[in-house]
Amino acid sequence: MRGDRRLFSGLDFAVSPGTFVQLTGPNGSGKTSLLRILCGLLPPAEGEVSWNGANIRSLGEEYVADVTYLGHRHGIKDELSAVENLRITNALNGIEVSKERASEALGQMGLAGRDSLPARLLSEGQRRRVALARLLVCNTKLWLLDEVLTSLDKSAVALVRSLIENHLNGGGIAIVATHQELELAAGRTKRLELTT
Amino acid sequence: MLRWIVWRDLMLAWRRRADMLSTVFFFVIVVSLFPLGIGPETQLLRTIAPGVVWVAALLASMLSLGRLFANDYQDGTLEQLLLTPQPLFLVVLGKTLAHWIVAEVPLVLIAPLVGVQFDLSKETLWILFASLLLGTPILSLIGSVGAALTLGLRGGGVLISILVLPLYIPALIFGAGAVEASIMGVSPSPHLSLLGAFAIVSLLFSPWATAAALRISLE
Repeated sequence: MRGDRRLFSGLDFAVSPGTFVQLTGPNGSGKTSLLRILCGLLPPAEGEVSWNGANIRSLGEEYVADVTYLGHRHGIKDELSAVENLRITNALNGIEVSKERASEALGQMGLAGRDSLPARLLSEGQRRRVALARLLVCNTKLWLLDEVLTSLDKSAVALVRSLIENHLNGGGIAIVATHQELELAAGRTKRLELTT
Repeated sequence: MLRWIVWRDLMLAWRRRADMLSTVFFFVIVVSLFPLGIGPETQLLRTIAPGVVWVAALLASMLSLGRLFANDYQDGTLEQLLLTPQPLFLVVLGKTLAHWIVAEVPLVLIAPLVGVQFDLSKETLWILFASLLLGTPILSLIGSVGAALTLGLRGGGVLISILVLPLYIPALIFGAGAVEASIMGVSPSPHLSLLGAFAIVSLLFSPWATAAALRISLE
């Protein structure tokens, strides 16, 4: 429910470990709203979201510790360098990452040598890569990714695909809103299509 | 955890020093305009000094409050802060503490210096310093509630002033009152105690109010 418009109703689904959910639908169909409901930023107008059988409202911080949400706004500070961005975001999520580990992760994302530049000097795609580097160092079970493939080149999309595959093999869940097809070799793929 | 938030905000402020300096310059200029406009009437200047310095401090903190959450809101880092596994009021407390250090402490430090223009005695300048030191955390704490409520609104800056300035009135009365008492030669300690009490009350309530307001603003 956004404003007085009903985006979707009667939505009922369960996701088990090792499952990839691809969320599709035209612009404005409520993909972002659904992801924000799933991560707890937006309370659902009706119904509830459960994690391990308990309502996420009652789990509170316990649930948040299991989730990584990447929105279509990167969550990257322009004034900070890529390494600083990555370290601070993780520290606030309770994971202390050393400088070396951070630049190694950024190197894997194809940002070697650019990780100490202020993020405002990076291109849109590079900033997206900085945001995605979080997925390499976090140890959360549920990934909620909102349009993360926009402004990424082919090699970066392949990288994201292998990241998600590894995550699923480790028993994780990924729910991804995207317009592009992501063909995964590992895990089960579910498709959830929202219509207007 | 709190340490990381404070450190992050201090580093961001350091990388954008111009914002911090503009608040201080605003304060210095506004306070200095009064002696220049009124002329060398020391009696009158002494009478208006407490009010002028305190009102200038209130207005100067209005300038920086708009930025407290707005930058984080725009680049999506505020969402991420809400999704960290720690109570939101701690995040808010950290950001408010950083705001106080960046935007208010420079005013506290420079106030005795600009107070000299009003022909205040040495003891009165100390009381001015003490009253601002006790009172400015109130400005940051209550201001954070207004900043969270007006997040993402058009013309938020003006709206913050309308919302928050009336709530500053107790701090203004007791803060300026302490300095006035010192000029009159009476003990300023009752005023300072009340100011301290008000600071403690706002420390207890405003982080929770700000956290609730942020959740609403980010829905």
